[in-house]
Amino acid sequence: MDIQVRVWRQSGPTDKGRMVTYDVKDISPDASFLEMLDVLNEKLILDGDDPIAFDHDCREGICGACSMVIDGTAHGPEKATTTCQLHMRHFKQGDTIDVEPWRAAAFPVIKDLVVDRTAFDTIIQAGGYITAPTGAAPEAHATPVPKKDADLAFEAATCIGCGACVAACPNGSAMLFTAAKVAHLGLMPQGQPERDTRVIDMLQAQDDAGFGGCTNMGECSQVCPKGIPLTLIGRLNSDYRKAIRKQV
Amino acid sequence: MAVTGFLLVAFLYVHMIGNLKIFFGEETFDHYAHWLRSIGTPLLPEAWYLYIQRGVLTVAVIGHIVAAVILARRARLARPVKYAHRPKVQGSYAARTMRWGGVIVLLFVIYHILDLTTLTLNPHGVTGEVYRNVAEDFAPSRWYVTLFYTLSIVAVGFHLRHGLWSAVRTLGLQSPRGEIYARATALVLSVVLVVGYLSVPFAVLVGLVD
Repeated sequence: MDIQVRVWRQSGPTDKGRMVTYDVKDISPDASFLEMLDVLNEKLILDGDDPIAFDHDCREGICGACSMVIDGTAHGPEKATTTCQLHMRHFKQGDTIDVEPWRAAAFPVIKDLVVDRTAFDTIIQAGGYITAPTGAAPEAHATPVPKKDADLAFEAATCIGCGACVAACPNGSAMLFTAAKVAHLGLMPQGQPERDTRVIDMLQAQDDAGFGGCTNMGECSQVCPKGIPLTLIGRLNSDYRKAIRKQV
Repeated sequence: MAVTGFLLVAFLYVHMIGNLKIFFGEETFDHYAHWLRSIGTPLLPEAWYLYIQRGVLTVAVIGHIVAAVILARRARLARPVKYAHRPKVQGSYAARTMRWGGVIVLLFVIYHILDLTTLTLNPHGVTGEVYRNVAEDFAPSRWYVTLFYTLSIVAVGFHLRHGLWSAVRTLGLQSPRGEIYARATALVLSVVLVVGYLSVPFAVLVGLVD
């Protein structure tokens, strides 16, 4: 199939950047979106142009590296799908597809479609961990976890930290990401000692990083490649309220 | 946002129940309006309660607006470069129109106070003759007032449909399973409020209140 892509080109953090149109010919409908960009990049290199920079790693939908807003939707039109798992058969012959980087002050563009997601690491460093002695893995039955809690925690833990929630949020908020991390640790017995300080510190780190405030629009959950439920934000707010009350 | 919002919704409900007394006739309605001035007496001097309530509501409105401005400003700062291609937000119409809907509601509240509290813009405008003030205000010849009132109340309804549910979530009051109940409750409360408020001008329009 033959398509056109309009891609955000920005040579570096200080460049102003612009959308540039490219023709892509003879793409297999079974190619992934990233493979389509690979083909385009090979052509650009042969022509002596600068290839389009984009993040990618596992290409299996589990690493959270790929990060593109495709036709205005983070990770493209397919639900619960990362860009690398999005296939060209979901587009039509002759389509013009707009490709842009995540847009957020906290995610500055490094080059073209690559953004700096250090802000997420800062949030994790503020409390997205448990303090436990290292060494051999503990005996699995030593700490019983109710099945219901384990399932909920696992659902939250499927967050791959790609940042699509921020890219989609009309407020540029990182609430779904932080909520997923707070829930996944807060539901487990191992996460209890730091439950209160975790939610307070992670929210503070999120606000300090320049993300917007949550107004419960629900865009984040719609684009999340892992389908992290919006209800986790309610859980985060509940944890936050209880933690603040204990502090007073 | 959530705390001030809840205060304002509580007032809206009390206000609506008061409005519905108009269906019990002129004497009952005017008597109810006079009673409002005497709440809290003799502990409080005449009309003090009313001014305390007005003070609390004004503070709540200002707090609500300040919080909204802070959120809107943060949102703007959080995305300095806009998307070139951005389809309509997938969230509900109510969620999308919170900010501009809020501005419309504020303008309406200002008009409403000038109309039926200070009576500056009221066609009858006699203090104490509350029933007549309302009946003349929504007379069929003044259809544009009724139209503006209707649009504003519908805007309030949309504002609450997202606002009520969002406030419950912001305060972290609902269990993850309560999501669907919270949404349904917000919808029902908003619809009841809209119907309750609109019943008055439409009753005037069809001659039920004259």
